[in-house]
Amino acid sequence: MGYFIFRRTAGFVLTLLVVSAVVFAVMNVLPGDPALTILGLDATDDALAALREQLGLNEPVLSRYFLWIWNAMQGDLGVSHSFRVPVSTLIAERLPMTVSLAVAGMIFTLIVALTLGIGAAARHRKVGDWGVMFLSQIGIAVPAFWLSMLLVLLFAVKLRWLPPGGFAGWSDPVAAMRSLILPTIALGVVQSAVLARVTRSSALEVMRQDFVRTARASGLSQRRVLWRHVLPNALVPIVTIVGMQFAALVTGTIVIENVFYLPGLGRLIFQSIANRDLPTVQALVMLFAAIVVTANFVVDLLYVVIDPRLKARS
Amino acid sequence: MADFSRIFTATTIALGLGLSPLAAAADQLIIGLQQEPTSLDPTADATASIDGMMTMNVFESLTIVAENGEVQPNLATSWEVSEDGLTYTFKLAEGVIFHDGTSFDAEDVVFSFNRAMAEESVNPSKDIFKPIETVTAVDPQTVEIKLSRKDAFFLFNMGQGDSSIVAAETADTNTTSPVGTGPFKFDSWTRGDRLTLVKNPDYRDAGDVALDKVEFRFISDPSAATAAMMAEELDAFPGFPAPELLAQFEADPRFRVNVGSTEGEVILAMNNSKPPFDNIEVRRAVATAVNRDEIIEGAMYGQAVPIGSFYPPHGTAYVDLTDAYPHDADKAKQMFTEAGVEGTTMTLRVPPFPYATRSAEIIQSELAAAGIDAKVENVEWGFWIDEVYKKKNYDMTIIAHTSPNDMGNFARGPSYFYGYDDAKFNELWAQIETESDPAKRDELLEEGQKYLSDQSVHVFMFQLPLLGIFRTGVEGYWSSAPVLYMPLKGVSNAG
Repeated sequence: MGYFIFRRTAGFVLTLLVVSAVVFAVMNVLPGDPALTILGLDATDDALAALREQLGLNEPVLSRYFLWIWNAMQGDLGVSHSFRVPVSTLIAERLPMTVSLAVAGMIFTLIVALTLGIGAAARHRKVGDWGVMFLSQIGIAVPAFWLSMLLVLLFAVKLRWLPPGGFAGWSDPVAAMRSLILPTIALGVVQSAVLARVTRSSALEVMRQDFVRTARASGLSQRRVLWRHVLPNALVPIVTIVGMQFAALVTGTIVIENVFYLPGLGRLIFQSIANRDLPTVQALVMLFAAIVVTANFVVDLLYVVIDPRLKARS
Repeated sequence: MADFSRIFTATTIALGLGLSPLAAAADQLIIGLQQEPTSLDPTADATASIDGMMTMNVFESLTIVAENGEVQPNLATSWEVSEDGLTYTFKLAEGVIFHDGTSFDAEDVVFSFNRAMAEESVNPSKDIFKPIETVTAVDPQTVEIKLSRKDAFFLFNMGQGDSSIVAAETADTNTTSPVGTGPFKFDSWTRGDRLTLVKNPDYRDAGDVALDKVEFRFISDPSAATAAMMAEELDAFPGFPAPELLAQFEADPRFRVNVGSTEGEVILAMNNSKPPFDNIEVRRAVATAVNRDEIIEGAMYGQAVPIGSFYPPHGTAYVDLTDAYPHDADKAKQMFTEAGVEGTTMTLRVPPFPYATRSAEIIQSELAAAGIDAKVENVEWGFWIDEVYKKKNYDMTIIAHTSPNDMGNFARGPSYFYGYDDAKFNELWAQIETESDPAKRDELLEEGQKYLSDQSVHVFMFQLPLLGIFRTGVEGYWSSAPVLYMPLKGVSNAG
């Protein structure tokens, strides 16, 4: 177990290093001058030179890269080129939005997918099963931004039940919850459709096994059989998918935040790439990479907890 | 007075009904903007939305450019110009204080201009300060500015956001917490979401300011912007990004749609320093192949005014040259054949703006009809700036030039991305730039337009419109934009 954790941690650090080098290289190879982007087309050459000096762009790429790594290890992510404030401040401002959205999306996905998936398995080859399969097919096919627009047209423009976008923060929890409802649905639908299908087939496989038949034969109710015996045993593939899905939800916020004009990290990364704001892009890509790698790591740990056979092996 | 009685009535009714005075919503305005700024200092960043929110609302300059383009007094209440046109003496408004409570005087003007002109200055329009030789405080209410050469646009430029007067104590922090002398004070900014201004009670004409609070919301996606207007989350969207969506607002009595003009000339730029566009006949052939009406109809849903040269149709010196190269595909084809370029491939690199990408597709088919295979390359803004603008690595591109008085671009020589270098035009522009008699200057500007059209430097396509959507009851907004700013001093919201 100790070796396992050590190996994963080393992999984690190595992944982040590789990601940082790639992002740095790409942003420096890509055409686009941050100073010119900020000062616009009328800028004079000496104003551009002065700004490049201020932003430290005159240093060689390699020394800028190593300085960045060195500072980042000490918790200093640098100052945003375009916003002119520390990147850590920007991230701290935006994190609550993205975390709220991703967590809400995950909860939505789990509730919808497990209920529908197990329900479909229980009604195997009946109308309910077909219904779920049909809905999930649509859910997978519908692009998130299109679904977002439909939701806004119906619930915000037509019915006026919910706001069309924006997020003022958690100081008013009721308003915050209301602004999260539509983005959460838009974010969660695709993921729940995928997960419902996985849950269904995993559950069907378990249901074919002897111990389920035994449980049924010993007179347990259908509900009890499903939730106490089938679901726990169907969890391994579900957990794998959920781990990947959490990463997909976090990255999916990029689209959703732009459609619902929510002030989160997804919108920030979009803007920073357009502005060639290297310190901000770099920090955000690292953060997103860290989330994906961590999600995988947690999945691996969960396997051991869920599946006793793995524990025995390690 | 009308405002006062309205507030009085509203308050009376509210109190009479035993309600809390929530009717104050009438004194507020929520404005949608497509572009979110990254900084709030118009003297350090060229992002147009900074001017849109800050200039003349939070910050003020010596002069102000009115909606009709006329230069009017602002922080300078009057000025005198010396006989030789080189010395300007400005009288400053009295009793003006900055939002942080410090007073405004001639020293602030000296500081602001020296800061903008300094070597390490990052002012995006540093060029406009070039003619200035010295700025001196004669006394606390008088500033004298000496120029090294006559500058016809000097007073106009003194009214731009880049010339905002800032205080030495707060200049460095204006990027995140702007402090000016304007009718509104900066209140708060949630990056990525909204920015709030509140009325400055100490403003010298505070009585003229109807709004107590203004909130800007940043919505970049056109469908999201439409939904936000339709759901009445916003009171105004002064720079609406999607002409194709205007019709539904026009049909809705809750809204008023306004199509105004801007200083933005949209051109199909050709790289004049590179074959085949170093040949004037090829450029004229392209102009003949292009059908402006078709582009305006297809790319702008009819919401734009065609131009035949590089000057806005609302300007005083405008000449209509749209008939200089009547659209004729056959003739264009013949011209291309004569120039020996028929059947060649040209690239058209377009930046990611709807007006550009949509126009490009139509131009591509129009050039095809004239025997030219135009390859459209949609590129990202950073790429455009680097490859097209900086390295001049392009055949053709489409771009709007949004600065006022920018015919001087054609005098920027071979280092500018037009690749246009013409001694005759340079001389003409030097005359325009130093002619202080408005009538004579207009004559020269007319000459300039005709010359550029005759030289067919680019295809001059249309003037970028200002599409505004307002809830009925929102009054006082400028309908056109001769500068990048939109003063909110005279705006009211009847709710």
